[in-house]
Amino acid sequence: MTLRDTITRLLGLQRASATTARERLQLVLAHDRSDLNPELLEQMRREILEVVSRYVEIDFDEVDVSLETEDRVTALVANLPIRRAKAVVQPGVKANISLGVKDAELAKPDAPASPEPGSASRPEVETASPTTTEPGQPAAEALQPGPTAESASRESFQNLS
Amino acid sequence: MTPHQTRNILICSGKGGVGKTTLTANLGIALARQGVRTAVLDADFGLRNLDLLLGLENRIVFTAQEVLAGSCRLEQALVKHKQEPNLALLPAGNPRMLEWLKPEDMQAIVAMLAPSFDVVLIDCPAGIEDGFKNAVSAAQEAIVITTPEVSAVRDADRVIGLLNTHGIKPIQLVLNRVRPKMMANQEMLSVNDVTDILALPLLGLVVEDEQVIVSTNRGEPLTLGGSRSPAALAYSNVARRLQGEDVPLPDPAKMGRGLRAKLSRLIKTKIF
Repeated sequence: MTLRDTITRLLGLQRASATTARERLQLVLAHDRSDLNPELLEQMRREILEVVSRYVEIDFDEVDVSLETEDRVTALVANLPIRRAKAVVQPGVKANISLGVKDAELAKPDAPASPEPGSASRPEVETASPTTTEPGQPAAEALQPGPTAESASRESFQNLS
Repeated sequence: MTPHQTRNILICSGKGGVGKTTLTANLGIALARQGVRTAVLDADFGLRNLDLLLGLENRIVFTAQEVLAGSCRLEQALVKHKQEPNLALLPAGNPRMLEWLKPEDMQAIVAMLAPSFDVVLIDCPAGIEDGFKNAVSAAQEAIVITTPEVSAVRDADRVIGLLNTHGIKPIQLVLNRVRPKMMANQEMLSVNDVTDILALPLLGLVVEDEQVIVSTNRGEPLTLGGSRSPAALAYSNVARRLQGEDVPLPDPAKMGRGLRAKLSRLIKTKIF
């Protein structure tokens, strides 16, 4: 960010068009170079989330999967904040319930950008809900994000385009 | 005569109207003035214009088409420039050539030119379709020309990707129509923005110059008359760098002298 950008931001003015041009270009070129159309990218994103959420509970609101490019090398950068590690694949009722609540919460605002919270997690909710005996429990779960430290996993791999 | 390696250089941009043909004409003249035997090959068969910019449009008898068909010799088709006899144009043939022209035909043409020339500049058509593929097949190195505009840079990026897959090396960049004042006001992509995004070495930087239009009106490339206009100097410098000479690139921020330029440099300082 340049001095001018800061001044214009402080004054609430429009920022320099060169900055906008550069940012727009970098974004569009990352997509051009990868030769991935938006649908494919969205599908890949959904599947990545599906796989990762089998092992850990992801903060879907903060998920960011995007293409970045530097020196003509395009990388897929996924930033997936983890709420907690899931109890081992053993269908732990507790873990499933909390995920189910999160899914329900996500479904309501239904932001188009947010991923469909995973076709994989949905079935889990269905199998989990009948076992829920106390209706109060899931809500309490959701309110307390738990002591597990939130960590962000940043994985990138090179796209050979 | 000692055997020599002819350099077949593609001049391309992706987007139309950014200055490919103007660069080809001026670079051809500038190289010829340096004593380099130069052929300019108009590979834009659909919309040929190189003859017009060089002022040779009335002297065309045969074209690449007749040469390929075997109905004339190469020497008959080449149009020698009167003032710069080191430069010759091989005109593009009829647009219908596009229907049958193959990469092998372009390769045959440059092979025919090789014994008599040191440098062959291939003026590439806009776009990335067959015309581009034919032209690229005849080249070993390339100059990509672009302007500091989003559409031109995006198209240049696409072309660079294709050049890479064709194994073209080196690929160098000419940034055309630079407006130092707009750059200083940060209302135009900076030189660094463009070179960073495209990740190519900069071969030349040409400022916007009305004299370019005047010279195309007359069919006399700027580099021909020893013009002192900024663009003429820029094109000559491109030719010198292409020949391996170390000519420093101008800094557009310093093109505007005085307080205004100093202020603009200050305001562009990265603070975080």
